[in-house]
Amino acid sequence: MAEFVAFLIAGVATGAIYALAAIGFTLVWQTSQTINFAQGEFVMLPAVLVLLAVKLLGAPLWLGALVGILAFILVFGLGFKVVVVDPMIRHGVLPLAIATMALSTIMKEGAKDGFSAEAQNFPSFVPTGTVEVLGAAVSLQHAAIIVVALAAIGLLQWFVGGTRLGRQMQATAQNPTVARILGIPVERMVLLTFVINAALAVVASVLISPLYLAKFSNGETIGLFAFIAAIVGGFNQVRGALVGGLLIGVVDSLAAAYVSTQYRLAVPLILLVAIILLKPEGLMGRKEERRI
Amino acid sequence: MSAPATASAARPASRSRLRDGALLALVLGAAILWFAPAGMGRYGTYVLSLWLVMSIAVMGLNLTLGYAGQTSLAQAAFMGLGAYATAILTTTYGVNWYAAFALSGLLTFCIGILLGFPALRVRTHYLAFVTLAFSTLIWLLLRNEQWLTGGVFGIANIRRPGFFGLRLDGALAFHRFLVAVTFILALALWWLVRSPWGRAFMALRENPVRAASLGVDTRAYTLLAFAIGSAYGGFAGALYAPLVEFIDPSPFSLSQSLFLLLMVVAGGSGYLLGPFIGALLGVVLPEWLRFAGSLYLIIFASIVLILLIICPQGVSGLAERGWQALRRGRPAGGAP
Amino acid sequence: MKSPWIMAAALAIGCALPALAQDKVKLVDVIELSGAGASAGTNFKNGADLAAADINAKGGILGKPVEVIHYDTQTNPGATRAAVQRAIDEDAYAILGPVFSGPISASMQISQRAEVAQIVAGEAAGFTQQGNPYIFRTSLSQSAAMPKIAKYLKDTVKAGSVAVVWVNNDFGKGGRDAILPELEKAGIKVAADIATEQGQADFAADAIKVKNANADAIFVYLNEDESARFLRAAKQQGVAKPMIGETTLLGAKVIELAGDAANGVKGHVGLSVDAPLPGLQDFGKRFQQKYGYVSDHNGIKGYMAVHMVKWATEKQKKLDRKGLADTLRGATITVAEEPGILIDTTILKNGDLDRESFLAEVVDGKQVINTVLPKLNP
Repeated sequence: MAEFVAFLIAGVATGAIYALAAIGFTLVWQTSQTINFAQGEFVMLPAVLVLLAVKLLGAPLWLGALVGILAFILVFGLGFKVVVVDPMIRHGVLPLAIATMALSTIMKEGAKDGFSAEAQNFPSFVPTGTVEVLGAAVSLQHAAIIVVALAAIGLLQWFVGGTRLGRQMQATAQNPTVARILGIPVERMVLLTFVINAALAVVASVLISPLYLAKFSNGETIGLFAFIAAIVGGFNQVRGALVGGLLIGVVDSLAAAYVSTQYRLAVPLILLVAIILLKPEGLMGRKEERRI
Repeated sequence: MSAPATASAARPASRSRLRDGALLALVLGAAILWFAPAGMGRYGTYVLSLWLVMSIAVMGLNLTLGYAGQTSLAQAAFMGLGAYATAILTTTYGVNWYAAFALSGLLTFCIGILLGFPALRVRTHYLAFVTLAFSTLIWLLLRNEQWLTGGVFGIANIRRPGFFGLRLDGALAFHRFLVAVTFILALALWWLVRSPWGRAFMALRENPVRAASLGVDTRAYTLLAFAIGSAYGGFAGALYAPLVEFIDPSPFSLSQSLFLLLMVVAGGSGYLLGPFIGALLGVVLPEWLRFAGSLYLIIFASIVLILLIICPQGVSGLAERGWQALRRGRPAGGAP
Repeated sequence: MKSPWIMAAALAIGCALPALAQDKVKLVDVIELSGAGASAGTNFKNGADLAAADINAKGGILGKPVEVIHYDTQTNPGATRAAVQRAIDEDAYAILGPVFSGPISASMQISQRAEVAQIVAGEAAGFTQQGNPYIFRTSLSQSAAMPKIAKYLKDTVKAGSVAVVWVNNDFGKGGRDAILPELEKAGIKVAADIATEQGQADFAADAIKVKNANADAIFVYLNEDESARFLRAAKQQGVAKPMIGETTLLGAKVIELAGDAANGVKGHVGLSVDAPLPGLQDFGKRFQQKYGYVSDHNGIKGYMAVHMVKWATEKQKKLDRKGLADTLRGATITVAEEPGILIDTTILKNGDLDRESFLAEVVDGKQVINTVLPKLNP
């Protein structure tokens, strides 16, 4: 039993990471039907940019972090929306999704050639050490990730439901045509979600990289798991990302423990297929209306 | 997008003319490719051969996506199934390559039908997610079942087929064999798309509800399109194995499936020649960009990204727009 | 719609570059610069570049400058085959790389058919057992290294049971398949046999499994980054048993990344810039000066590979491709004769190597060599 609890808690801790990466995924899908195959690279890159800024400018960490993060939000929040998404959004989901694949290669190869092919340590602002939870060791870093993921989702829920700007954003997500008629600046709302997505990616990157190291190829695994988490939880609900992320983390951990380490990856995928067949809109999702 | 009424009215005629042009291009292309590698060296010949093999896989995906409107993220997995089936049958069991080729196609066709069933329940992006899971599961099987697939060490010394006593071991001979096979497979697809089946596929893509109301059995056609597309993946794999003479799981991973999808879209989905252009972009362009040194993949991805931003319908869409503009004697995009 | 075909022909002609004249010693390095093998491949590339610079600064090989051209394999067999085919078409004098055994297996028949020596960085046992006379290693194979680990576990660590943690790629699986029979021979029980994924980020579940297996020692056979992540996760879960590794686990990069968690790690090291040999230490210093980080074993392999070509070419006194392979086969290269080889090396008939290796331990964030193991056949 103690063993089971240990695996469970390790899974929750990992799942929080997937959840954090998956939130932005669901957000850009809702407002602009963008499937971002570069989401993993979005989480990988800010940490690399921070280290790169520190190295190039010879600046202290806080300044490097500021430069790196601002550059990232500018390029991959605003720039991504204006340069890539805007011209393509009218042509359906697929060309844009493909374009994000090309973008992921550019980000990955850019991080490798521009920075390093080697993994690098990334400083943490959370003190090292572990806390005991039900007899299992959880690092403070993991604990911080869980707290931040919960806080981010809480904030987003409050923002969407409780503020004027947020309600306008939600209206845009639900029906852009009607929103436009109601006088909501739809374009600006969509832009806002992309900036929020980039900011969330930065938060995830800064929290995850001290654990997983800063490396150009890190986005591959995180992107895949975030994607699965978003589908399982429900693509059109922000809280779906949390549920999906935690579930996938736990399932993955238990699979490694009790199924087979070689087929560990298969178990979350089988769960994914089961969810799609039984409840295609995801655990927390609402049914999508058909658009003809 | 713009000009819905006039454009769609003008489309069928110009499209069918385009398809006849496509047939001409296929014949010409095959003739050129038959002789092209003459002074090219084995490397150039090999790259052209690889291009043809990938074109077959992309052709299949183009049928699934471009004609029937179903997104599959498992084409590389089907390619892997075909490659492993052929490699295992020919090396372990000494089966004739032609039989192995046919069995690979049959196997992937049947698995395509089985996997296509979810497509009947859930449409559009949910099928993509199912195939995403399938793709990774196949990759895990290929890697883990070492007794059958050689696992991470792969299968080496895969023999190339002969042709009525003629040996095809040399780079040029095998390249010509590939030209012939690709030509036959492309011709079959050309015929299929022009047939009533092909029209049903397209009706399905344009508007499934209307297609159903017009009496198209959407279930059967969806399944069929997906299964035939998958079988082309299997055929491509059956050719890939003897071309490289070695296989391991890495060319059949999820990222390769995504890459094949990229080739379909970048080449122009729904165009008969789109797959050739797409595979040209995906296979030959990176090789050609090698002169740029370590930056070659960034340059390659940037070219694809810019291409898609400028023309989301891919190169074929761009060419069609240009062609129509030329015929009307006015600039593209200047429609109504 | 003829344009794509014309474009294809034009591109293909562009691919078929004319062969260069023999005023240079042209080496083509076919190596993993993207995909799963990118870290290892980049090290090998940098090592080979440093070697070429060193050799050219001293007048080249037989008075001709060395040129090393790098072609990316994308860690993909199909692309590797294209790159090796290109190297042969371009009249490469020898082929260096790749690192991963899939790409090696996909390309070694081509260099064999062209009778060009291919000096690879792979460690998996398989490819030198196929009777290909043109394949050469730059490191000990796993079938040579693993018996040393088993002996170490039995005699020094005195372990009765071991948990084996390995990465599920050709490197890790090859090592795992090589050590299990050795452990059985040594009478050591395998308490847990844990596969992990290449590029895996989270090792919490694996660390808990290792802890629960309660073995006397843990044998960790992962690539560098994953080794560091595993060591951290194991420390966090309070795994207190000795961690034993082979080369990668004790690498400088792992020590840098894992920090405290690497202290106390022990094992066998094939190549290391901390080895008590002046050549290796000097190489390590100059590599760090040039590239700003500490070379791993793949960097050393790249440096050696170029010097193997240099030594054999000067030995046969001509730029003869086939002769290069013939000269290397069965040769013993000593540091006294060719300092660039860094460590005395005997090349066996099948391309495997025999050379000294080391037992080491990580103490206070530094690799310390305890014992020098002799050659198997001195």
